[in-house]
Amino acid sequence: MASSVISPAPTSSFINNKKDLGSFCFSWTSQFSVNKCKKSAVSKKIVSVMAPQQSERRPATTGSVKNAMTLTEKIFSRASEKPQLSPGDNVWVNVDILMTHDVCGPGSFGIFKKEFGENAKVWDREKIVIIPDHYIFTSDERANRNVDILRDFCMEQNIKYFYDIKDLGNFKANPDYKGVCHIALAQEGHCRPGEVLLGTDSHTCTAGAFGQFATGIGNTDAGFVLGTGKVLLKVPPTLRFVLDGEMPDYLLAKDLILQIIGEISVAGATYKSMEFVGTTVERLSMEERMTLCNMVVEAGGKNGVVPADGTTFKYLEDKTSLPYEPVYSDEKASFLSEYRFDISKLEPLVAKPHSPDNRALARECKDVKIDRVYIGSCTGGKTEDFLAAAKVFLASGKKVKVPTFLVPATQKVWMDVYTLPVPGSGGKTCSQIFEEAGCDTPASPSCGACLGGPKDTYARMNEPMVCVSTTNRNFPGRMGHKEGQIYLASPYTAAASALTGYVTDPREFLE
Amino acid sequence: MVTASSISFGANSTFTSSPIPKTKPLFNIIPHSLKFTTGNGRAAVTFQRAVSVIPKATSADSRATKEPSRTFHGLCYVVGDNIDTDQIIPAEYLTLVPSNPDEYEKLGSYALIGLPATYTTRFIDENETKTKYKIIIAGGNFGCGSSREHAPVALGAAGCSAVVAESYARIFFRNSVATGEIYPLESEARLCEECSTGDVVTIEMAERRLINHTTGKEYKLKPIGDLGPVIDAGGIFAYARKTGMIASRN
Repeated sequence: MASSVISPAPTSSFINNKKDLGSFCFSWTSQFSVNKCKKSAVSKKIVSVMAPQQSERRPATTGSVKNAMTLTEKIFSRASEKPQLSPGDNVWVNVDILMTHDVCGPGSFGIFKKEFGENAKVWDREKIVIIPDHYIFTSDERANRNVDILRDFCMEQNIKYFYDIKDLGNFKANPDYKGVCHIALAQEGHCRPGEVLLGTDSHTCTAGAFGQFATGIGNTDAGFVLGTGKVLLKVPPTLRFVLDGEMPDYLLAKDLILQIIGEISVAGATYKSMEFVGTTVERLSMEERMTLCNMVVEAGGKNGVVPADGTTFKYLEDKTSLPYEPVYSDEKASFLSEYRFDISKLEPLVAKPHSPDNRALARECKDVKIDRVYIGSCTGGKTEDFLAAAKVFLASGKKVKVPTFLVPATQKVWMDVYTLPVPGSGGKTCSQIFEEAGCDTPASPSCGACLGGPKDTYARMNEPMVCVSTTNRNFPGRMGHKEGQIYLASPYTAAASALTGYVTDPREFLE
Repeated sequence: MVTASSISFGANSTFTSSPIPKTKPLFNIIPHSLKFTTGNGRAAVTFQRAVSVIPKATSADSRATKEPSRTFHGLCYVVGDNIDTDQIIPAEYLTLVPSNPDEYEKLGSYALIGLPATYTTRFIDENETKTKYKIIIAGGNFGCGSSREHAPVALGAAGCSAVVAESYARIFFRNSVATGEIYPLESEARLCEECSTGDVVTIEMAERRLINHTTGKEYKLKPIGDLGPVIDAGGIFAYARKTGMIASRN
């Protein structure tokens, strides 16, 4: 299985790279001059988009003249079968996995049939993953119809991975049903280092946590991929984020990404790749790395990546039997820019309405009265997110002061919430702790109210309320009501806020 | 907004940054000429940018009747920065499938319905299904957020032809080009503060110019860039057929 193609100690070699870089080339200018000496044709200035490009295949260079590339560039290189390429190059890329769901699947299938013919067959029935997750537990007829369209298409095309739901009354009666696509992709073993994963959802970038290229596309591009297995992509330049230092135990990856987005703005990484490295990142679990990569799109990023390491391989051990080849940024790879953060000094953060880059310290918002708390979604509805919330409730021993809605991302997360003992609780499960704290009963797994959805969606904001949420966006109307106010926060901060009825720094309960 | 080359260090800031060169926005699609070999080993096909009229892509049949044109003329609707896809088409309407012609029309009737009430002049008047504004003028990062193709489709289906923004979010821009629903153009100046909703404007693509007839001012538009060949072809499928990537239809 996988181990046969993984180099024996990728973790250590990666760390060496990073340390080397740390000692000699943190200024962009020095990196640039290194790059210039090596290969003057590689311009990082993308002002040349108007000029005709050389896109014929050139022979591979080797040894000391090897063209240094970033992790993302290497994935593009392999997927496009070109030995070298540079940011700005446009290449046809072979797709490893295409994911779609109930909101964009029907439209993508419509385009596929219109363009390739009523009797056309998909390019590879084993590389398409179809996950109903958005509008499931609703009586909206069109939403229900869209899941039927997915089912018909999967039957007709004999799609291997279709996580169907038929009995909406009881999700547990649907053993195939998973829930939120980005979490299900990881849990079901569809995320693998070095691969290209596309999905008709902007948070497809979550899978970058596995050291792969993952990004969101529209229906038309998805229709094209369904028929050809290829997509035309521009190689993005890479921004590197070095997160060092011991992460205080009141912080979660959500705080890290809110810090980064607050720093570079909601357009700071537009068209770019964001690579996360550093000692803090190395110590993050896979779920936390997924949180980090999940929100790169909120900075405009095309993709986010965390280099695969021992944590990645361990997670994948029982999830995939397919071989995969992790790739890593070369020591001399050229990054468009580099940002360094000392995480040990960071404090719990929120993003205030109505933009994910509207960063503030949680403690600065302590006077903001809230109406509800929402814990769920691809960003903040994973097993560890619920364990984190339970930890705060457990530490306080108090009851929530506002309605607190819990929506596990997937059926597996739901099971964990009901079965895993919370550390330090004497064997209690999250669900028991939530019940004692007075939270709403954990709901059926789906995207839920993160994006509003049909009017009868559980926990949708149908009134202009103030919500602290572990989700990813707080634009006007995101969770339903246009005048609703959403404070994006970590599960720690969300749980602490539920206990006080105000936006609350979790240190009030965790220290 | 803060660019990476001029980052301010707030009290809460715990990072440092190295400078980056000023670069023009990176389009995400295509160079002006692209060569590749088809799978069966036939000779490489080269496609040079055509300077002919631009046919609209036909992601719904109703689009086919639209007049191909390199000039857009009409009333403009002005919005600010960071107009996200939830404001362009709120998620509750995503049950509509854009590839179904009647649902396509319906999507159009909800275009920009998610804009806050502060936009007192609405993009689509009450009891109407189409907009009277042919051109949207926007600030930075237009179309940020979700990858929903419903967003450019809704604008196109409402009768809008072009958006002129300071900058775009990546996926919205790409979806606009791939579908051919609307022309995503970029202005050099911040036009959302120069123009007002209801102004009469003309966009001359060949001249890369926007004329505001109401104020009598003219503005430069940025080069169309990498996306030229795809737009000229009429969307990603037309482009792929033209270049031999996928089989032509009879």
